[in-house]
Amino acid sequence: MNIFVFVKRVPDTESRIKINHEKKVVDEQGLNFVLGPYDEYAVEEALRIREAKTGKVTVFSLGTEDGLVILRKCLAMGADEAVLIKDAAGETYDGLRTARIIAAALRTKYPQFDLLLFGKQSVGADNAQVPSMVAELLGLPQANVVTKLELETDKGTAVREVEGGEEKLAFSLPAVVSAQKGLNEPRYETLKGIMAAKKKEIPVVAVDSLGLKPEELAIGIEVTNLDMPAARKAGRIIPGSAPEAARELVSLLRNEAKVI
Amino acid sequence: MILVYIETRQGKVKKSSLEALSEAKRRAAGLGTEVAAVLAGTGLEAKGQEVSAYGAGRVYLLQNPLLEAYSAQGHGQALAALVGELKPEAVFFSATAMGKDLAPRLAARLGVSLASDVTRIEVKDKKLEFTRPIFAGKALLSFTLKTSPQIATLRPNVFALEQPGTMAGETVKKDAAVAESEIKGKVVELLAEKTGEMDVTEADIIVSGGRGMKAPENFALLKELSAVIPRSAVGASRSAIDSGWIGHAHQVGQTGKTVSPNLYMAFGISGAIQHLAGMSSSKVIVAVNKDPEAPIFKVADYGIVGDLFEVIPALKDELKKILE
Repeated sequence: MNIFVFVKRVPDTESRIKINHEKKVVDEQGLNFVLGPYDEYAVEEALRIREAKTGKVTVFSLGTEDGLVILRKCLAMGADEAVLIKDAAGETYDGLRTARIIAAALRTKYPQFDLLLFGKQSVGADNAQVPSMVAELLGLPQANVVTKLELETDKGTAVREVEGGEEKLAFSLPAVVSAQKGLNEPRYETLKGIMAAKKKEIPVVAVDSLGLKPEELAIGIEVTNLDMPAARKAGRIIPGSAPEAARELVSLLRNEAKVI
Repeated sequence: MILVYIETRQGKVKKSSLEALSEAKRRAAGLGTEVAAVLAGTGLEAKGQEVSAYGAGRVYLLQNPLLEAYSAQGHGQALAALVGELKPEAVFFSATAMGKDLAPRLAARLGVSLASDVTRIEVKDKKLEFTRPIFAGKALLSFTLKTSPQIATLRPNVFALEQPGTMAGETVKKDAAVAESEIKGKVVELLAEKTGEMDVTEADIIVSGGRGMKAPENFALLKELSAVIPRSAVGASRSAIDSGWIGHAHQVGQTGKTVSPNLYMAFGISGAIQHLAGMSSSKVIVAVNKDPEAPIFKVADYGIVGDLFEVIPALKDELKKILE
């Protein structure tokens, strides 16, 4: 099975976000960047499918050479090949632009694949747009927020999370699948994997070699403001024994906060 | 026109879709335009009437047996055709599992950018300005869309629900043209195991447990507490999820769900930054923790420094008295 996994370099979830108000961007100074947490599940799933069925796993990312670090991590986990699509635009928050680039890259360079995996969303932009958009642009079925995936030669089923439950999808291959926490437990890189990954060459494909028109690469979102949410103030501590405090709390929630 | 996609699940109109419709009605006034709603499937007449009472001048019923089972490809096609015909200025979805699956599909089909999971909408110079949390709520991004129609998904539980009026709008049935050959995947089964439980993103009140719950069986205490509170759900911190104490669908925080209930009660949750990001937009926060220095108290409106194993049962008894 020929599997592609798209991954993104993101600040780790412990990061404190600082804003450059003048440029209306997140200040990247001092942030620790990692492979997207949901992307890890996608890479792991690809490796497990390859191990069960044979095939090839190619990981790819979009951005500057800064992204090579996470691609090497994927290679160290066991991916066969990695490709960087080089783009200087930075974080655009525009899922459509990203999706057009990914779709164009696959169409022009790698038209033959069985499965295209993503994390269910990045960590940062939090858009959760790109997998569905790529699926639409390539005319493929999609299964998003997937916690269980089963594949046969030309079709598959997936279980995905919905409010208060789960639903099962059936689809033909090739398909787009986005991974949710719970799909698997990602492996750690081995020392041998890390050493081998260092030696692998990662081809770089320029965005402007993909045949996209300038208007397709235009950013469709205009940022008007970027700010921190209003800070919450610490409230009051309710004293007393557990039964006393509980009684007082319920009274405050009903009469003062009016939420119950 | 602002066109609002109305989702039905298990034969019911989703409340969060009606919230999106309510917001559309409020913003349509500023844009100087009207509001319409759309439902897709078969046998939707009664639901169309129900929806029109929330302020949709027209309710379109896209009819086709191929739309009975949800598929992003089928519903995306049918909606794109309707949008092509009506040429709305904006299309709103609720940012539910289905809305998040379908809206990007429609946007890509129409070749427009998308505003996902927005929490505020304002009208500026006859355009919509959207605000949405990024980094799970650590920052807020405001932006406009340069493409038209302006498509957005609206976070559930954030936009006020209008009271239904008595004026019924017009219901317009349309046979949706759907190419079966284009549907290569669809929902085949709703897995009933957890269905019926309220999701944390939809609950009015969340009772959430962290490392201080100490063991998986202790989450039964929170389930019992939730059982006495209408429209409530059980949440959990990442450490409780990673310890396997409760399913990841319950996780609140940066690698879980971002929530904004009326009341968020945190039991034995210290308040790591990735957790605070996911729940700080709750209207009222209560924290119960043994450690008076726990960061969660810095964001809590009400705090109890004490043993949650004593506080939870006492709280349950007090709530029973007033809620039952």
